[in-house]
Amino acid sequence: MAEKTSPYGFRYIGAKRRTKEDPRFVTGRGRYAADVQLHGMLHVAIVASPYPSARIRSIDAQAARAAPGVHYVLTGEELCSQIDSLYIGVDAPKVKRYPLARDVVRYAGEWVVAVVAETRAQAEDAAELVEVDYESLPCVVDPEEAIRPDAVQVHPDHGGNVLFHRRFVWGEVDEAFARAQHRLSFRARWGRSATVPIETFVALAQWDAGNEIMDVWASIQMPKFPEQLARALRMPANAMRVHFDVDVGGSYGVKRGIKHTLLVCWLARRLGRPVRFLEDRLENMRGGDMHGPDRIFDMQVAFDGDGIVRAWKIRALDDVGAYAGRSPLQLGKPVSAICGPYRIPAVEYEPISVMTHKTPQEAVRGFGQSPTNFAMECTMDRVARFLGMDRVELRRRNLIRHDEFPYRIPSGTTYDSGDYHAVLDKALAAADYPALLERREAARRAGRLAGIGVSTCLEPSGGNSSFEPLFNPKNETTTWMDSCLVRVDLNGTITGVMGTSSSGQGHQTLVSTVLGEIFERDPSGIRVVHADSLNALPSNSPVGSRMAIMLGGAAAGAARRIRDNLMAIAAHNLGVAASDLEYRNGDISVAGQPDRLLTWDQLVEIAHRKYHCMPPGMEPGLQAQFVWEVPTGGTLPTADGQVQMYPCYSFEVHVVYVEIDPDTGKPDLQRYVVGHDCGVMINPDIVHGMTCGGVAHGVGAALYEKFSFSDEGQLLAGTFMDYLIPSSLEVPAIDIVDHCTPSPLTTFGQKGSGEAGYLGGPAGIACAINDALAPVGAAIAQTPMSHLALWSLIQAPRDAGQRAA
Amino acid sequence: MNEPTRRITVTVNGTEHEREVPVRLSLVDFLRETLRLTGTHVGCEHGICGACSVLLDGDPVRSCLMFAVQADGHAVTTVEGLCAAEGRMSVLQDSFCEAHGLQCGYCTPGMLVASHALLDKNPSPTAQQVREAISGNLCRCTGYQQIVDAVLLAASRRSGAAN
Repeated sequence: MAEKTSPYGFRYIGAKRRTKEDPRFVTGRGRYAADVQLHGMLHVAIVASPYPSARIRSIDAQAARAAPGVHYVLTGEELCSQIDSLYIGVDAPKVKRYPLARDVVRYAGEWVVAVVAETRAQAEDAAELVEVDYESLPCVVDPEEAIRPDAVQVHPDHGGNVLFHRRFVWGEVDEAFARAQHRLSFRARWGRSATVPIETFVALAQWDAGNEIMDVWASIQMPKFPEQLARALRMPANAMRVHFDVDVGGSYGVKRGIKHTLLVCWLARRLGRPVRFLEDRLENMRGGDMHGPDRIFDMQVAFDGDGIVRAWKIRALDDVGAYAGRSPLQLGKPVSAICGPYRIPAVEYEPISVMTHKTPQEAVRGFGQSPTNFAMECTMDRVARFLGMDRVELRRRNLIRHDEFPYRIPSGTTYDSGDYHAVLDKALAAADYPALLERREAARRAGRLAGIGVSTCLEPSGGNSSFEPLFNPKNETTTWMDSCLVRVDLNGTITGVMGTSSSGQGHQTLVSTVLGEIFERDPSGIRVVHADSLNALPSNSPVGSRMAIMLGGAAAGAARRIRDNLMAIAAHNLGVAASDLEYRNGDISVAGQPDRLLTWDQLVEIAHRKYHCMPPGMEPGLQAQFVWEVPTGGTLPTADGQVQMYPCYSFEVHVVYVEIDPDTGKPDLQRYVVGHDCGVMINPDIVHGMTCGGVAHGVGAALYEKFSFSDEGQLLAGTFMDYLIPSSLEVPAIDIVDHCTPSPLTTFGQKGSGEAGYLGGPAGIACAINDALAPVGAAIAQTPMSHLALWSLIQAPRDAGQRAA
Repeated sequence: MNEPTRRITVTVNGTEHEREVPVRLSLVDFLRETLRLTGTHVGCEHGICGACSVLLDGDPVRSCLMFAVQADGHAVTTVEGLCAAEGRMSVLQDSFCEAHGLQCGYCTPGMLVASHALLDKNPSPTAQQVREAISGNLCRCTGYQQIVDAVLLAASRRSGAAN
């Protein structure tokens, strides 16, 4: 647990403080979307396609319509004619996407029919009575096959399956490859997994016909959600009222829920009754459209005998499944940290986004950065192994030095600050690296498979969504603002208003801590509420590790405006210049004359009641809003694709010790240390919790979790029996060592941390596994490194040995 | 088709509830939708994630794998019932807040039920025993570490109070 007092010299920021949110959750008083019950609420069940690719010949819903409690049976034919296609992140207007399939289905699990009934059970009963006649069509499930010109096409109107393909060259890559003493190439494969929150998607809509407003309660974490819904529904955006005050039961990127919400909105308006869709787990896994990146990396690296990397080339083929939302953009975020934490002057990056007949991909924690970090760190380890050099020493030689910041990388982004060598040293010291090496050697002498992994990875944070214009020239997004409204009421209590929902990140704690810091008032008395979308200031939701930076910065900005007004009121009434005043705990006095004082209560009363005591021209009341543009944002990419993408760069070192049981292939993570620098931590318990949670996601992605598909396009891991989420017995105890290099760009020196742990975890675990496999001459560059995959690698030389004998 | 129903009497958090329920109604839906006790959550509906855990006569069970009619005549305790008098937090709940043993709060009721049952049987568990006791409850936010811290903190505070 964190220290009682702030290690940074702040009053509240950085100190151990209980969160605002926890008490309601531990007493069962959270309010999630499924907890909202409206009078007359109807329920939805889905009929999903069993085929990955088929034509819908006919739909017979007669029996379903006649079933008990059924109010409506909706087909894609009816729905699609009355709404517009969902937003797509790249320029691919022919890749239409609707909540229900029309004419053809493009993945097994795609929604075909929605049945609405009095109860969920009745809806599900009736859904089983719907008869859909399909004509099975050829499908394509292999992304390498899908990019061939003669491949089966998922969206024939689009012309090919490739959604985005570009080769970026930054710096003199070919020259560096020609000059370097050594070159290596290999393939790494990141398996399809996701963050899979324990709460599935839930969406509830109610049409307020009197006011012509659609009220929505949904478990979402989605930028520009009300506007996307309104556009698709052909409604004015000011008719969408999304209630951001529902608690979201985990998201980590995936809770987009746009098609779910669109469906219930349309039904609620059509039926004049509130309509809820509560996704069950099977539905969530196959048709929730929340699978993560699914990538083949072809890595090439050029380096010299001293271990200095001169250039690398990364080709990343990403299988986004049957439809595109923002998923192709997940190949864009890595541009912001394309050389990792290393001084690599020349980089080639070739992202290819391709469609197949699989469940669509959606944003997952890190937005494509964790797979890229995994491929980069596998590369660094292979370079070290090739040279016979210590892997830590190799990293030390290539890491950007503390005195080189701010550091501009070839793809145009400038890293704000960092002290990578110091964090690495701290992590190794905390892990007692020499003792760990000895432990590994002892284990190996005893015949066990033991390995150590050390990964050094970046977490880009606070982004301005610059991958949108980078991947789609028609999109000129250069801001990704966030905002906060702050009020001090007549009674002197403080309220912060935020314009997005939270899914466990502790935003109420964040805002109250920041407001307490600026006002010098106890955060425990400060209220923080979530607005709805009609009375909210603009927000882009908590994506991209951004809220400590953006919401924290906006809250501070608004609070400072109010504080400035208080100073002006005091100056006016005390007859001195504001610069002669001292602000302490909300009271303001003349410097050096503590008796000449106006208390917080007096100042508040002047602002709210005594206009005659206010400075001329100041508006009465005490409220301020602040909309903050992303620091360093505001510019479009250059012609060669250089752009400042994220302002702040957190850094993490993972030190992992693993032993693998050769008889079962089961890896045992026996020691796990994370060195972490995300600048100033506003609430250390929250940061540490998210970091441990990120490691757990990393353990899952690295070792257990995969949405496997058969060659015929059927999802093989559609339940928690076969999609394996690590429990408390698979996730090890984790030691976190903090380091603080403040960001010069943010209000308090904070950086983002919502993706911490996940961005370096799979890389570190992969390095440890490969170190353990090295003595048997095996290597693996794929996730998940399942027990079976490891067992097969371990057994192969044994079998060969037995055959030789 | 008339939905078959049965009249049941279940004691939930010390209060007796008599209801006519469909025989296929799961216990978790009975708690959430019929009694409006929404503290218990639904995660997977196939008995893996543990989010729906409640105490049945003192033992943790998956309320998604039980029918409401099977709880007839039994005592159920949900997260709401773990609170001390007048809705105040128990030592365990308070320790979850102190150690920040949660984030989104969705798995938390199940975690509290599992660790409450553990501490009833074993007041001084080791970290490994805590991990085993909550291994049937999946959490995607915390990586379990601060949950383990919270349960150990509660154990030490409870034993300190007893001394």
